[in-house]
Amino acid sequence: MALCSVFIDGKAALVPTGTTILQAAGAVSISIPTLCHHPNLPPIGVCRLCVVDVEVGDFHKQVAACHAEVQDGMTVRTATPELERARRFALELQVADHPSECLDGETGEPCELRELARRYGVTKQRFVGDEARYPLDESSPVMTIDLNRCILCRRCTRACSLVQGQDILWIMGRGDESRVSPALSLPLRDTACVSCGQCLAHCPTGAIRDKRPLRPPVRPEAVVTSVCPYCGCGCQLDLNVSGEQILRVTSNFDGPANRGSLCAKGRFGYHFVDSPDRLTRPRIRRDGRWEEASWDEALDLVATRLREIRERQGPDALAVLSSAKATNEENYLIQKFARAVLGTNNVDHCARL
Amino acid sequence: MVGSNTTEQHPIIGIEMKKALRAGAALIVADPRRTELACLAHFHLALRPGTDIALLNGMAHVILAEGLWDREFVEARTEGFEEVKATVEAYPPALAAEIAGVPVESLVGAARAYAAAKPAAIFYTMGLTQHVTGHLNVLCLANLAMLTGNLGKPGAGVNPLRGQNNVQGASDMGALPNVLPGYQQVNDPETRKKFEAAWGVPLPEAPGITVMEMVDAIASGRVRGLYVIGENPMLTDPDLCHTREALARAEFLVVQDLFMTETAALAHVVLPAVSFAEKDGTFTNTERRIQRIRRAIPRKGAARPDGEIICDLAARLGHPMVYRSQAEVMDEIARLTPSYRGVSYARLEGEGLQWPCPTPDHPGTPILHVTGFPRGRARLHGVNYIPPDERPDAEFPMVLTTGRVLHQYHSRTMTGRSPGLDALRPEPEVEINPQDAERLGIRSGDRVRLVSRRGMVEVNASVTERVAPGLVFLPFHYAEGAANLLTNPALDPVARIPELKVCAVRLEVPARSGRSGLARRDRGL
Repeated sequence: MALCSVFIDGKAALVPTGTTILQAAGAVSISIPTLCHHPNLPPIGVCRLCVVDVEVGDFHKQVAACHAEVQDGMTVRTATPELERARRFALELQVADHPSECLDGETGEPCELRELARRYGVTKQRFVGDEARYPLDESSPVMTIDLNRCILCRRCTRACSLVQGQDILWIMGRGDESRVSPALSLPLRDTACVSCGQCLAHCPTGAIRDKRPLRPPVRPEAVVTSVCPYCGCGCQLDLNVSGEQILRVTSNFDGPANRGSLCAKGRFGYHFVDSPDRLTRPRIRRDGRWEEASWDEALDLVATRLREIRERQGPDALAVLSSAKATNEENYLIQKFARAVLGTNNVDHCARL
Repeated sequence: MVGSNTTEQHPIIGIEMKKALRAGAALIVADPRRTELACLAHFHLALRPGTDIALLNGMAHVILAEGLWDREFVEARTEGFEEVKATVEAYPPALAAEIAGVPVESLVGAARAYAAAKPAAIFYTMGLTQHVTGHLNVLCLANLAMLTGNLGKPGAGVNPLRGQNNVQGASDMGALPNVLPGYQQVNDPETRKKFEAAWGVPLPEAPGITVMEMVDAIASGRVRGLYVIGENPMLTDPDLCHTREALARAEFLVVQDLFMTETAALAHVVLPAVSFAEKDGTFTNTERRIQRIRRAIPRKGAARPDGEIICDLAARLGHPMVYRSQAEVMDEIARLTPSYRGVSYARLEGEGLQWPCPTPDHPGTPILHVTGFPRGRARLHGVNYIPPDERPDAEFPMVLTTGRVLHQYHSRTMTGRSPGLDALRPEPEVEINPQDAERLGIRSGDRVRLVSRRGMVEVNASVTERVAPGLVFLPFHYAEGAANLLTNPALDPVARIPELKVCAVRLEVPARSGRSGLARRDRGL
């Protein structure tokens, strides 16, 4: 593989040809601010925040680091006063029409624009735009589209097209009229949208967001990586937890089977965990009526009845249906219980159904 | 793709299929319904439900007749070639296409495209297996892969896509009547000796009975006590009237679940279990990848994890099973299961491991059969076409096939309690071809009645060309309009899988609307 030798802020990096300046900088632990960039998506270079200063021989200019590839012998400067001025200017234009409650952090939703504006000390002072131009699209039962928070980074349109292959969201209009929308400005519900939420997972500002987080959004106390409880794809996902509840599910881009992708079930199907229908105490049916019982009472009854049947009819008069929803460890224990404790091989699960 | 509506049932794998298509891959979809991938496919073989063997034999016939097979692979790594050759000779494309109800040029084109693609991967799900010929259908698919040398290499193989998050793991762990963990046979004395030594008790020799046979055994009184953990046969078994009659006869039924399911309603004792978010453990996905789940929130009320409940019960029955952690359970699994021997919690952080993983320093096995098959040579099988158990007739002139939809899952215990998701598909709809709809004067949204020999349901109609004339499709998730009131419990004699994908039905427009339910039963016999 051909290698390029580059100098980034004085640090030498040796990277393969075809590496972007942003990636090369990352390789030597230099962070360059970005907004439209997402490592899961091909670069597009529209936000201009990653602008860097490059010099190769006589060539000298400012380029987008997410998009421009390294050249052998290139010298890169990522944080000159001129660059920082350019970034501040780009951010000032971005915040001009961004909702104040988002910039003030009142929404509780994470916002990459807010973080950058704070870092650069940028406020709405220099330019002031129209904050609330668009009605919310609440037509989908799982997602809200709030174009007032949209910064036109095109992460959602790229995710919809290039990750999901669904091509629902596009940029409509030109210039100041540009906006993210399904074709013909249809409400999302009236399109072929599959509600996968890939757009939402890539959105930096919460312009597309989970419509029904379990509580009004707050910062999660913990983010716990787990595996989706639905089909056999084995997608890793992040449970955003506060107190005793899952607030929402977010993408985990390191999951080997899914690399951040989730379907509607994995992303929006977590409310059952907190359902008021959950059984919280053992129940015993007596004379056709359900009565709550203690664990001791319920398990003693189960043990007694199982022992009774086994003694009277033999162990094969008992059968156990295990679960494809239970863990490996639980399935192991359940079949061990059937075989070693009850004494029967009558154990199966729903693999056939 | 055979019998797999991938973008709805395995959406993340569906994404990869669509990416491969955009990158220039050829796609063949064999499915009676015009699914999303069928619309995108180069060949959509809309076969009559239950004619897979004829179709696949026809494709094998073309591959052999046109010399498209991989002579080197067949000679070096397989046996039974003469048998399969003699069998598929009887399935010339014209005949095979006629049985399957597909254009002969599509069948021939698909056979050539499959043989020409190097490598070519086969994917299947229960559209292939839920037939009285389920295991034979799989053998026919495997024949195609063996004849073209598409095994043991990247991008090839015969890949079943597993439907539940841990159906692979539950099978690996021996939650099956004939095998102990790691598919070690219960009737093998050496295997039993090993587990008897580890568990300290004698173990039963005779293989047990499968889920469908349990229901029959309860009905006949041979099984008296049933312990159901996290399953809902009252919606997922075929012929629910029979299932309910059987379960109601159980002398003692325990159900352990998160919710009061249709099955739990029939129980004598219900034990509250916890969800995936309230416990530690591992799941094994469809690519045999073992991954960690982690407790994220406290348990609800007094609910407890399945494993804890089982161990508590074991102690009460005089056989304590004591573990300090789930990691310790995995260590015992590893000691007794050759394919999991190298697995430990320390190694499962991050991307997990794909079994077989025979030693603690083994990296796992993403691709099976690279250098050899467990039995030595792979076996080709000559398989002859057998029609479905129940075929349309004058009284029940249409065919019903069942399956899932994208936004619901299994018996809806989880998706039905996630309000946004449930709102995307709150009710079942039966898909009806426009020709049939016109004949019966049905429009989308109309209430229609489906009647089979076993039951009837009333559901709303969706008039669509996704199904062919004479075919209707109904998802099985819903308690109101339960598709499995209608389905046929006939079993594959080897795999013991029911023929959920084909039964004969009659489509009617009800005089006045009513609710379907278990209480009402059509006496078509």
